[in-house]
Amino acid sequence: MIKRALQRRQFAAPRQYVVYAAAVLIFGLFAVVLRDDGFVTASNLLNIGRQAAPIAVMAVGMAFALGAAEIDLSIGSVAALSSLVVADAVGSLGFAAGVAITLAIGMGIGAVNGFIAVKVRIPSFLVTLGTLGIVSGVARNLNNLQSLPIRNDTYLNVFGAGSLGPISSLLIWTVIVGVVGHLVLHQLRWGRHVLAVGADRSAAGALGIKTDRVRIAALIASATAASLAGMLLAGRLAIGRHDLGENLLLTVIAAVVIGGTNLFGGRASVAGAIAGSIVMAMLNNGLILMGLRVADQLIARGAIIILAVALSMREQKET
Amino acid sequence: MNAAAPAAALEAEGLCKSFRAVRALDHVDLTLRYGEVTALLGDNGAGKSTFVKCVAGVYAPDAGVLRVDGVATSITTPDAARALGIETVHQTLAVIDTLDVAENLFLNREHTRGGPIGAWLGVLDKKRMRSETEHILERLGIRIPSLRHSMGALSGGQRQAVAIGRATAWGRQIVMLDEPAAALGVEQAARVLELILNLREGGAAVLLITHNMDRVSEVCDRAVVLRQGRKTAEVAVGDVTKDDLVGYITGAKSQQAHS
Ligand SMILES: Nc1ncnc2c1ncn2[C@@H]1O[C@H](COP(=O)(O)OP(=O)(O)O)[C@@H](O)[C@H]1O
Ligand SMILES: [Mg+2]
Repeated sequence: MIKRALQRRQFAAPRQYVVYAAAVLIFGLFAVVLRDDGFVTASNLLNIGRQAAPIAVMAVGMAFALGAAEIDLSIGSVAALSSLVVADAVGSLGFAAGVAITLAIGMGIGAVNGFIAVKVRIPSFLVTLGTLGIVSGVARNLNNLQSLPIRNDTYLNVFGAGSLGPISSLLIWTVIVGVVGHLVLHQLRWGRHVLAVGADRSAAGALGIKTDRVRIAALIASATAASLAGMLLAGRLAIGRHDLGENLLLTVIAAVVIGGTNLFGGRASVAGAIAGSIVMAMLNNGLILMGLRVADQLIARGAIIILAVALSMREQKET
Repeated sequence: MNAAAPAAALEAEGLCKSFRAVRALDHVDLTLRYGEVTALLGDNGAGKSTFVKCVAGVYAPDAGVLRVDGVATSITTPDAARALGIETVHQTLAVIDTLDVAENLFLNREHTRGGPIGAWLGVLDKKRMRSETEHILERLGIRIPSLRHSMGALSGGQRQAVAIGRATAWGRQIVMLDEPAAALGVEQAARVLELILNLREGGAAVLLITHNMDRVSEVCDRAVVLRQGRKTAEVAVGDVTKDDLVGYITGAKSQQAHS
């Protein structure tokens, strides 16, 4: 029994690295197949990185939500609303206040999601489906479906096209969020409690863990990360718009699950979520370079996501 | 009880708990004394686990008084129970399969490092917890192949051993074990009984829920029998036969409970 468990563990250990192998594999594949379409050019790789950044930031937040056995379907709409709010607020109130207000709104939406899910006992997928609709509606009303240009140079430097030395600010944000997320998940008591609650809520509760607080905080983390991602999207394009990032939900979930986070809680990986985001960004990029029409891209992306998630969930079940 | 009876550690008086129409506990009186092992017996559904959960702060009783060391307290959370020195092995074990042994042992009582700031942030002192885990398991004679295993990879007996270790490791004075030997082999079950006797020797008040009458006569001083949420008997184990106990449990025999 013990010996078998040991052996299983030895085989199981590399499984969480599947996402890194996939990233290398897909990169190699596209590098060969799309070599005449400029996949491996500096500008295209930078482009992939810039595409991956907001996905990765949302994915880190989602890793906490999923780790706690919750899910946040409102992240795309929160990102979109945040892009509009920050465009407006930075223009009227200045950089610092604008950014602070936008993040506060993201946190607030997460708190509402969490509070309703925990106190009214509605599963978070239903609560956040509701907020998804409400937040999208609010974003659409905010500026009559028009995009709002951002002219604040500080903002565009910090959240958009700027860089620190040779390193793009989008990349820096990804690294900051990744490192902080990783440390919180693995080095802090709260991160451990997130996973305990996600694995077995009643056991965690019987040991005195405040499961309500942990679940609410996990949903605040995901909404706040989505808000930051919305600000990155706004910075990248120098506009806020009602639909920026709105369609990223499925991409983010796929990135997180491919990265080794259990869709049903108890296990999460921040590093894996970021690697998964890079995989998803490469796939998006590759499909575009292949010259697929938008409709066909949607079909291909949907199929790839289901396949990838199915594969990684099979891996998880076996461990 | 005679005058030489050891001091009461925990007294439950008139404890009631209902789940909708089900009266899981109906005015139950029960006293745990230092240096004694009390068996809590009863058929499935008699209310044994519900009693344990009310004392452990998992359920809030509907009525009744709990006294620890003679002082009336309301135990509203599992933390409150732990703070009063009450440790519990729940029937479901309450172990987290995705965490490893050390992580389970220290769950919600983690050591932190980095001074007050580290404590405030909750920076885990993994090294210290791992080495203490080794000591605890060694002291309790619990053998686990590797502390890095997630609990889910361990056998039922090992999982149970870790859960028991978690409850007994801290030198606490009130320990409740809800069917702790149910999934264990002969050798491990004997080990659990040894742990219980060690606790008694150390002066702890122990509550043991079991269906095994041999274990009752081996390690228990007193036995309390629940039937459909009511206490139907309280006896000194030395005064009765196993058949008497079984009779109380099935209701074939009855006794006016006295305290
Ligand atoms: N959380 C609960 N919700 C509803 N009914 C419960 C709950 N816990 C226990 N019960 C009921 O209370 C009664 C006593 O259960 P329990 O304390 O688990 O019995 P025992 O541990 O003696 O087998 C049973 O009828 C059981 O169905
Ligand atoms: Mg029970």
